[in-house]
Amino acid sequence: MTDAPRTLFDKIWDRHRVVEREDGQTLLYVDRHLVHDGSAPAFEILQKRGLKLRAPERVFATPDHYVPTDTRDVAAIGNDEHRGMVETLERNAADQGFRLFGLRDGNQGIVHVVGPETGLTQPGMVVVCGDSHTSTHGALGALAFGIGMTEVAHVLATQTLWQRRPHTMRITVEGALAEGVTAKDVILHIIATIGAAGATGHVIEYAGSAIRGLSMEGRLTLCNMSIEAGARAGMVAPDEATFAYLKGRPYAPTGREWDDALARWRDLRTDEGARFDAEVWIEASAIAPMVTWGNSPQDALPVHAALPDPESEPDPARREALAETFAYMGLTPGAPLASLAVDRVFIGSCTNGRIEDLRAAAAVARGRRVAPGVRAWVVPGSAPVKREAEAEGLDRVFTEAGFEWREAGCSMCLGTNGEIGAPGERIAATSNRNFRGRQGRGVRTHLMSPAMAAAAAVMGRIADLRELTGG
Amino acid sequence: MEPFRTVRSRAVPFARANIDTDQILPARFLSRPRDDNHGNYLFRDLRYAPDGTEVPEFPLNRPEWRDARIALGGRNFACGSSRENAVWALYDHGVRCVIAPSFGDIFAINGTKNGLLPVVLPEPDVQTLIAAVEADPEAEITVDLPSQTVTGPDGTRYPFEIDPFTKRCLLEALDEIAFTLTHGDDIAAFEARHERHNR
Ligand code: SF4
Repeated sequence: MTDAPRTLFDKIWDRHRVVEREDGQTLLYVDRHLVHDGSAPAFEILQKRGLKLRAPERVFATPDHYVPTDTRDVAAIGNDEHRGMVETLERNAADQGFRLFGLRDGNQGIVHVVGPETGLTQPGMVVVCGDSHTSTHGALGALAFGIGMTEVAHVLATQTLWQRRPHTMRITVEGALAEGVTAKDVILHIIATIGAAGATGHVIEYAGSAIRGLSMEGRLTLCNMSIEAGARAGMVAPDEATFAYLKGRPYAPTGREWDDALARWRDLRTDEGARFDAEVWIEASAIAPMVTWGNSPQDALPVHAALPDPESEPDPARREALAETFAYMGLTPGAPLASLAVDRVFIGSCTNGRIEDLRAAAAVARGRRVAPGVRAWVVPGSAPVKREAEAEGLDRVFTEAGFEWREAGCSMCLGTNGEIGAPGERIAATSNRNFRGRQGRGVRTHLMSPAMAAAAAVMGRIADLRELTGG
Repeated sequence: MEPFRTVRSRAVPFARANIDTDQILPARFLSRPRDDNHGNYLFRDLRYAPDGTEVPEFPLNRPEWRDARIALGGRNFACGSSRENAVWALYDHGVRCVIAPSFGDIFAINGTKNGLLPVVLPEPDVQTLIAAVEADPEAEITVDLPSQTVTGPDGTRYPFEIDPFTKRCLLEALDEIAFTLTHGDDIAAFEARHERHNR
């Protein structure tokens, strides 16, 4: 069995099996358990049974969903329920003895930005978190997936999870990406191609020269939205870029341990001839800058394209669904996507709130002005990202252009902290979900890359970046 | 959570593909405690207009389907966010089983941990069932977990697959944490091994 060629996924899975049942369930060991301020129900389950954490040294927490992005003062959170979520996490950390990067901690941020950035997420690990975008961490060659609150309680108490071996899918993106095409465009293109349920029940491994060529930030963006294709997890085999990214991070191994880890990590790739349950092939040169127009991440088109026409949909049920989407999104059939006027712009989230994303947005914002009537926010993914951006002067680039520069948190990606849009507002967003009401009831969300969102801010409408750069 | 055996009930259809958990339970209710009746938030923004009045054509507001304990979903039902609150909303409303061609993976797992059975049937069969309840909203469907069958209003039987362990958990309303803790020695042995390899 061990001699047969194995996928990267197989290698990590096999190394974490505690018990295997005859009915096909595996008790899988969890190396890192990341916790956020929405996790209160899981701790309640433990409390009711009088259970303690099995391995508090494997649990790391940070508040992100309920924190304000205009202050770092927990007491200043006006909504009692929201403040309660942040305070409960602080109390649970103190009671149960796990590490918390609190609101004033230098490492606070969106949990999926914090994990890789602190070096907590490492190749070959099993990482879980009570949040669907845990798939992000797979960018470092970890097996990382989101779980529900009952499962969070289970991991807290046992450091394990019962799992059925998922299917595997390899998505190969081969060739060179065109100028201005980012990881966000790659993943939107993939989801538009295979559909929002295209990878249901699968763990995706992203491969090919275009993926190898992505920076770690780009790979994190890519893996982040695996869940939007229905996948359990997304991963990229670790390579020199991964090791260089990790080296020197606070929780990365050092000295001899680093050398040992490196030797282990180098074996973490899919063997020649290993079989996947599904294979998808994508030509990198066919990918254009993408924008979503509907209420599913699969509703994405190249920015220069025209909107579809519901009337030309032959299937009556789909025609009706499409017409509803058009009504909700306020769209005109056949109109150019790059004509839609935006009210707000949101640059941030665990998809695109890292330093490279802010650099790309700042490059567009530099020397330009946010269009009149547009409210544009930049919300760094973490406190370290914010510090780094400020050290580079990006905050001034943004504020001089008329953007608001904010503190780290999930903010308008989900709006659980109260930062939402008004009904009917159209928002250019770098986050990951364009669901109805995601950014507030009646709000119309268009997903795109950070540079494209910055372009929308200065043009006052969805715009092809190439209109600005003359490319 | 109650043990799940058999449910016979009318069935409320949500036929759209890709209904996400943000629709099933809007994010602004995520900070409500578990003992709050989450049925009140189920499909809140589709069920009620902004002024709080019911949207009459939304299936849950149809008098025949208000008390349905079975739901029929479209492809990729409950995709998106991992919020277990979406399961609580359905469960607190009284729904014990959702039948769909496919589910968001995390939702399906969350369901089985809370006594809500996700049943996957081929898309044409789900469409047949949806057509049947739309033609006769009072028609009843039976879901029997021990025999793993759905019986449509016309008596047609549709077998379904379920993982044996998950089936047992649902049938016995098994306390999974207590069960796993019986494997404490296995976990400790694994940890000793794992530490040696991963240091
Ligand atoms: S940024 Fe958005 S998607 Fe990411 S963890 Fe926060 S709410 Fe979830």
